Amino acid sequence: MSLLSLATVAKHFANGVEALRDLSFDLAAGEFVSLLGPSGCGKSTALRLIAGLLPPDGGMIGWPHGKPPIGFVFQDATLMPWTDALTNVRLPLDLQHVPRKAGNERAAVALARVGLSDFAHAYPRELSGGMKMRVSIARALVARPRLLLLDEPFAALDEPSRAALNDDLLRLWREDDLTVIFVTHSVSESAYLSSRVLVMTPRPGRIAADIALPSGPRTRLSAEFLEIERRIAAALPSADSAA
Amino acid sequence: MKKLLDIALPLIGLILALAFWQWKVRHDGVPVYVLPAPSDIAAAFAANVSSLMASLATTLTVTALAFAAATLAALFLAILFSESRLAERIFHPYAVVLQVTPVVAIAPLILLWIGYDRVTLAETLIAALVAFFPVLSNTTLGLRSADFNLVDLMRLYGASRAQILWRVRLPTALPHLLSGMKTAGGLALIGTVVAEFVAGSGAATGLAWRIIESGNRLEIATMFAALALLAVTGVIIFAALSLLEYWLLRRWHESAIRR
Repeated sequence: MSLLSLATVAKHFANGVEALRDLSFDLAAGEFVSLLGPSGCGKSTALRLIAGLLPPDGGMIGWPHGKPPIGFVFQDATLMPWTDALTNVRLPLDLQHVPRKAGNERAAVALARVGLSDFAHAYPRELSGGMKMRVSIARALVARPRLLLLDEPFAALDEPSRAALNDDLLRLWREDDLTVIFVTHSVSESAYLSSRVLVMTPRPGRIAADIALPSGPRTRLSAEFLEIERRIAAALPSADSAA
Repeated sequence: MKKLLDIALPLIGLILALAFWQWKVRHDGVPVYVLPAPSDIAAAFAANVSSLMASLATTLTVTALAFAAATLAALFLAILFSESRLAERIFHPYAVVLQVTPVVAIAPLILLWIGYDRVTLAETLIAALVAFFPVLSNTTLGLRSADFNLVDLMRLYGASRAQILWRVRLPTALPHLLSGMKTAGGLALIGTVVAEFVAGSGAATGLAWRIIESGNRLEIATMFAALALLAVTGVIIFAALSLLEYWLLRRWHESAIRR
């Protein structure tokens, strides 16, 4: 069933630059969709429009079955530096007036799911980049969203952390029966994670290709995986034509 | 070791300077009404210790009241400015005018209006005017520096402006607020001294008045004793506020973290 439907969505920035034009796609519940494209192609803008953080200038963003609870993960972990991991994760529950005790319990469970039980009382500055991102994911999941939006969440991480977080994200997606929109500029990351890849072209941003992938799990560097990477890369406009 | 040197080196310098001062004054036979020796100042302090301490209490009371009033008023205005561009555009020019007008020039007016029968209130207002601006400008900047993404996240979860202010903007502004308060503490003391100078004899009873009075009576050693007391008070205020800053920020802010 269709969860979200974008029809000819357009967005201009205050400086007149056209960020998105005629952006249209449907999203079914349970999909793991990657929005793939070069920097500045409007991927992040599209994500903010879907989250309702920005209003579109044209077109429609429709929720056929009502807008579900949404979790959002930014490129930076975006934690509150003045408080510990547990309180950071509890933030969405605090805003929903969940009692403190129940909130702490749910936040502890969320931290355990990303493997950070032992770091509940660590401050963000005491955590590595990968751990901070795990806290950020725990915070996005603690309020039990149906739709999870991630804006290049692992771009700043080293390769081992990134691979580990990729696997964790897939596990959480399956366990919670989530729908995920994952913004990335990495062909390999989108090939590894997605059930479907939407390739975007820049200036103005629009969908260039819509690639459905066989269901996972996938093994990196296997022949099947490399073939998927090749298919995605072929749909990506070359750097020259993108400029 | 490094910390010990940080304390020991200035102390050694002070002792050497005092020793040279003592020796030079005695050796050249400088009259005590021009420049008293450190031992004369210590003797004057010992002789007047109860009245000097009473004056210090008066000055400290006004300083503390002015500091508290300036901090609260500046915090309130900073929140108003950060929440409403309109309020900032209306009031900010006047905040600047207050800041650049020498307080000595408006102090007589304030004393006249509030009246010499309420001199503590007048002095507090004058000192608060001096201390107010650094807290306002620092805190306004801090409230504006909140992480955009964090604010967006709050909005995503339906947070109200008050919740965003309380949970994100105010904690972000805390280091800026404390930095402004550190400057304001010293300025409140300076403002109090200026106010006591302007209020003059009969009305003011603080340390600044003791300085004027001792000068008029040519009790220069007592004057120096009051001056030294004032300097030590300023250092203690700064140290106390630095300690408060460290204590509040030690867990999370880059400025307070030891490497």
